[in-house]
This record gives sequence, C-alpha cells and structure tokens, in this order.
Amino acid sequence: MNPTRKRRLIVVLLVVAAATVAVGLGVFALQQNMNYLFTPSQVQSGAASNHKTFRLGGMVKAGSIQRSKTSLLATFTVVDADGAMPVEYTGILPDLFRDNQSVIATGHMDNAHFVATEVLAKHDETYMPKELKDAMAKAHKDKPMPEGSDAGGSP
Amino acid sequence: MTPELGQIALILALLLALAQSILPIVGAWKNNSAMMAVARPAAFGQGFFVVMAFVLLVWAFLHFDFSVQYVADNSNLALPWYYRITAVWGAHEGSMLLWIFILNVWTLALALFSGQLPEAFAARVLGVLGIISVGFLAFILFTSDPFGRLIPMPPDGGDLNPVLQDPGMTFHPPVIYMGYVGFSVAFAFSIAALLGGELEQAWVRWARPWTNIAWAFLTCGIVAGSWWAYAELGWGGWWFWDPVENASFMPWLVGTALIHAQAVTEKRGSLRAWTILLSIFAFSLSLLGTFLVRSGVLTSVHSFASDPRRGLFILCFLIVVVGGSLLLYALRAPKVAGGKPFAVVSRESAILVGNLMFTVAAAMVLLGTLFPLIGDALNLGKISVGPPYFGLLFPLLMLPIVLLLPFGPYLRWGKGEPQILKRVMLRALLAAVACAIVAAFFVDGKLKAIAGVAAAVWVAVGVLLYVVKRWREMPRGRRYPAEMAGMLFAHAGVAIFLIGVLLSESLSATSDVRMAPGETKTIGGYDFRFDGVRETQGPNWRADQGTVTVTRDGKPVAVMQPQKRTYTREQIQTESAIYPGLTRDLYVALGEPMDKQHIDGAWALRLYYKPFIRWLWFGGLMMMLGGFVSACDRRFRIRRTAIVDVAEPMRTSVLAENRT
Repeated sequence: MNPTRKRRLIVVLLVVAAATVAVGLGVFALQQNMNYLFTPSQVQSGAASNHKTFRLGGMVKAGSIQRSKTSLLATFTVVDADGAMPVEYTGILPDLFRDNQSVIATGHMDNAHFVATEVLAKHDETYMPKELKDAMAKAHKDKPMPEGSDAGGSP
Repeated sequence: MTPELGQIALILALLLALAQSILPIVGAWKNNSAMMAVARPAAFGQGFFVVMAFVLLVWAFLHFDFSVQYVADNSNLALPWYYRITAVWGAHEGSMLLWIFILNVWTLALALFSGQLPEAFAARVLGVLGIISVGFLAFILFTSDPFGRLIPMPPDGGDLNPVLQDPGMTFHPPVIYMGYVGFSVAFAFSIAALLGGELEQAWVRWARPWTNIAWAFLTCGIVAGSWWAYAELGWGGWWFWDPVENASFMPWLVGTALIHAQAVTEKRGSLRAWTILLSIFAFSLSLLGTFLVRSGVLTSVHSFASDPRRGLFILCFLIVVVGGSLLLYALRAPKVAGGKPFAVVSRESAILVGNLMFTVAAAMVLLGTLFPLIGDALNLGKISVGPPYFGLLFPLLMLPIVLLLPFGPYLRWGKGEPQILKRVMLRALLAAVACAIVAAFFVDGKLKAIAGVAAAVWVAVGVLLYVVKRWREMPRGRRYPAEMAGMLFAHAGVAIFLIGVLLSESLSATSDVRMAPGETKTIGGYDFRFDGVRETQGPNWRADQGTVTVTRDGKPVAVMQPQKRTYTREQIQTESAIYPGLTRDLYVALGEPMDKQHIDGAWALRLYYKPFIRWLWFGGLMMMLGGFVSACDRRFRIRRTAIVDVAEPMRTSVLAENRT
C-alpha cells in the first residue's frame, strides 16, 4: 500500500472506531438520562407509570407549602387544571418558589406522592416554560395550543 | 432624536456592508483592482456607523431615555451607571447589537493589519466578513430593533435582570462574543481560500494568530461564565451542562481542534480540507450558540414563539451560512487537499486523534443540547437530557487527549521516534503513580481524586520534561519561541484544570442545613456559626443579610455575609458569600427563612467546603494565556518580503483558476 492510501485507511478506521464507540455510548447515556415531563393529571392517568425518574410540572397550589419544624423537609402540592400531586422535597427551595408559581420538579413516585430531588422555578416571575405550558394545555384539552405549531408545523 | 439617529446609522452600516460583501468578491473574481479596493473603505465606513449606533444606545441608557422601549425594559432610575452600560447587552436586541459591534472591531482590525496580504485574498476575506455583517444587520433592523420607541414614555423603567447585576457580568458577554465572533475571521480565511482555490498553505499561517486570539477570548469568556455561575447563580456549581453553557462550549471544542489542525496544515500542508471544515463548523456553532442563547429558543424549549419572524430569519441565515459554505467546500475542497504523508507514530496522528475526540465531544454535546428539539419534532414527548449524560461521555472522550498530551511536543512531524516516547512515558508514569500513591493517603481513598492527581501529574511532568529538554539543548534566545511557549502554557493549564475539577468534584463537602441563630455546623473541618439575619439596603435592592462566623479549631477564619436580595420589581436574587483560598473555598448561601414572618429566626443555609476549586479557573486562564502568547509568535507577522515569495505563485494560480 502506498503511504497516502495507508494514511487514509488509518484515518477511516480511526473515524469508524471513534464513531461506533461514541454512538454506542451516546445511545446508552441518552437512554439513561432522558427525563420526560408530565403534569399531575397525566401522572394520575398512568402516563408516567413506565418511568422511574421523570419531571413533574405544574403550578404550586396556593396555601399548600408546609415546612417541617425540625428539618429542611418541605411538602407542597403541584396542580394543573384537572389534577393535583403532593410533593415532598428536602432542601433549599429556589428563590422564586411560592404560591401559584410554575415549577418543574425532578424525582420519582413513592406510593401516592412525588419525591423530588430537584425543584426549579424560573427566574422570571411572568414566565412559564413553554414546554410546561404545552404539556398543561395538552393534558387539559388533549390538543395543542395554537402557539405549539409556529415553529413550522409541529402538530 | 438619538434613537432615530441610531436606526439611520444601522441602515447606513447595512448599505456599506452590502458594498463590502459584493464588490470585493466580484472584483477578486474578475481581477478588478478598483472593485477590490472598495473592501477597506467600506469596512471602515461600516465600522464607523455601527460604533455610532452602539454609542447611541449606551447614551440612551446613561440618560434614562425611557422613550426607547429597550431602555425602558432593562433599566430604571435606581440602577447604577455601570449596570446601565452593561444593560445594553442585558437582553436580546442589545446583545445582537453588541455582536455586530464586535464583528466590526474584528473587521476593522483585519482591514488595518491585512495590508501585506495579497490583494485578492484580503478582498475575499473582507467580503466574507461583509456578508456575515449583512446578515446580522438585517436581522437587527428587521426583527430585533433596539431603538424602537415606546409611546407614551413611562416615568421609570423596568429593571435589568438581577442575575446580570454582578461585576462578572460586565465583561462576560463581550469577552465571549469576542471569541464567538473571532471565529468568523478563521471562517472568512477558509472561505476566501476555497473561493480562490489557494494551492499554497500560506493562508493558514495568516489565519492562525486570529484563530488563536479568538480561541483565547472564548476560553476567557467561558471561564468568566463558569465563575459567574459559581458566584452569582447562587448554588456553588461551576458547570451544569445547561444549554446556554453548552452553546459556548461547542465552538470551544471545535475551536480547540481547529487551532491544532491549523498547526498541522501550516507546518506540513496535511489536513487542509479538514482545517477548512473545522473553521466552518466552529463558526456555524458560534452562530448557533448566539441564537440559542438569545433568541429564546432554549428557555422556551422548542418554539421560536416570541416572534415567528425572528425564528424564521435565524433558520434562513443559518441555512445560508452553513449550507452555502458546506456546498462551496464540497465543490472546492478536493482542489485544495494535499500535503506530506505521515506515519502512525507522528505528531500529525496525535493531533488527529485529539481532533477526532474534540469533534466527537462537540457532536455529543450538540446532540444532548438539541435532543429536546428533536424529541419534540418527532413527537416523543417533552424530554430533557440530564447532566449525567454529559458527565459520563465527556470525560471518556477527553481521556485519550489527556493520555496523549505529554507526548505531543516530543513527537516529530511526519515520523516520531519511539525510544524518546518510551522514556517520556516511563518518567511521567512513574511520577504520576508516585504522586497518586502519596495523594491516596490524603483523600480517604477517593478514586476520582486519586485519578485527578495522577492525570494532572502525568500532563505536568510531560510539559516539564519538555521545558527542561529545550533549556538544555537549545541556545539562549531560541529556547522558547512564542508559539511553543503558548503551547506549553496551555498544556500546563490543562494539568491545573484537571486538579481543580477532579479534586473539587470528589472532595467537596456540602450541607443544606436548617440553622437557628447561635447554632454551629462543622463541614470539612471548619465550624460555621450562624449569627442570624438582619435587613440591609443597596442602591436598587433591599436584602436579608446573614452573618456566619467561621472558625477552625477555635481560631477565627472568616466572617461571611451572604444575602438574599429583593430588587425593585420584586425579583429575588441570592448573593452567596465566598471566602477564597488557594487550596479551598468556603461558600455560604442563604436559602429561605423557616418562618417568613420572623427573618431573625432559623434559616435554611447551604454550606460548602470546596477544595482546589479555584484551580480550574486558573487552569482555564492559563489556557487563555497560551492562546494569546502563541498568537504573538514572530513567524505570524507578515512581512512584505516573505509575502512576495508565496504570493506570486498563488496569484498566478488564482489567475489560472479564473481563466478556466
């Protein structure tokens, strides 16, 4: 083999090997770390039953936030139009966490309540994450809101 | 009146940008000197008007011109003057103006320092920069006008996002944009080379200092951003694999590959097509990054909803730039390919492996970042990709690079000498193992920390051995040319960075605790005593300020005062308190009062003991320094005499090209 061909062969083999490893690992890692977003009513209808860890999105029900007297345990209820889900979280809640704030909590179900490992509230109080708005609209009407299609024909 | 002047300035700049993009490129094609000569004056004119527009917006902010919508949205009477200046790039419209402003800074620098370049090549480079300018100016004028009027004029404005009210924020966006936009210069050089069908590789040497400087700025910007996340976003993390961070990290990864590939192309002529492809990718990812962060595509995951025209424009612009340049690449790259062959054990191969790892890593980050968009388009549901995805893949991809790093300088171009490599490997390995064993006694057998010490020593010893070798073998004055010194700085930076990352990640101690005044908690050998919270006042905020006294074995260490600020529009912002040190940081952030009515009672607090965290930013700054130092190499200074030699055959080749 002449040097140019040999070099090309090495390059191609390297690329193929790297790509295979990367794709394999990538698919594996993606599968492990894809978190779906559900609203309380979707969870109650069983949509999340296949997912161990998922994200729960909705509004904090007014007056539902309770703090433990001795630890950092907080309990509150996340609601959407048709459902409610009690949530437990131990730790520091985000700055904007309050009644009627839209939040996304990551965690898992433990019997009838959701145990969160992370709670996010957006930094802008007028802002509701688009995906949450969509999910809530979907759960509510089971059809997407008109804004959902403006990116170019997503159903 | 000023806002209208700003708008007119932008329109004039757009017209000049059109002239700068069309005439010189056509001129270079037709070999018409008069048309090519338009490039520089047009660039100066465009620069003048863009600077004018930028200054006018700053002026509007400084003078509280709330009749301008953008000013009214992002500032108010209580905002201090320095934050009113940074408010210029506090939201979408202004940051686009900052982008075009910085593009013009680069263009002006290029117009000034390209006098020695061959006429046609310089015309093409400036022309390509002009095209980018046209795209951005049109985007600003048609979809994101920062000078739009607000009628009636409100008596007071809104507020700058409190997250942005921090000294770190004053220079983070401009620096990161210097990097993003700087890759447009490497891109323009590559496109110009493709357009002209350059057969010599001299253009790569002219492009190298520009790419190095852009890369160094981007490195600095990312370091600043990471620091800002650590200090300001409140919770002590330094990297979250958040889409906004990824947006700046992808061009960095490709840019790192690019500066190494450029070295190969310049010195050996190999990998030419690959170098061109990388510069196209680096700039495309910079564009994508700019838009992802600022257009709202990411915060509201899939929609371009805020303004459909904006989304459509972005999409079209990306398609034109990426698609157009890739098409040109497909047509022209075979012509510019070539170069000297190299063996498996050679510097080229090592750089190539590194390049592959960097590009695969960038692709991996891109996939993870855009996956929510893909999932949405394919109707898979609302998905997000968690940090563990990146956290697992990224170190694996970087491992080969770390392992190869010590050998880089020892490997010869073309064909390396295995004996020398074996010697280096043996020494570095011995040192790494010895240090790892010693370290194992200090870190309670934490594997990550031991690996961190070993990896850092491995890299550091490799760099040091080479420093010593040069010192011994070369005469004074020729030991460390700037290009090599930069490389050594940057590689040493990698070692320092590794220490910072792996030690702080594995040895940090965190605790979220509920503390009543007078209570003490012990973290990492330090005693944190909470002395309660009282109220305090700033120019445009009020805050609950806690006091935490830190002692170690009874000796006072620090008094820390974390705050929970409330800004004028009721936005809340956590200001952490950091007590820095070379071997550890202490970090305290206020959570929330346990009883909202009694802020003098118990609070939730986050306490951190973070060993060696500072090293990761210091390592990053070393890499940045390396980029700047390399760019100063005398070889990169274009001299008239040197140019004539290479320019002559090239011009004839260009002419030959044009005739066919």
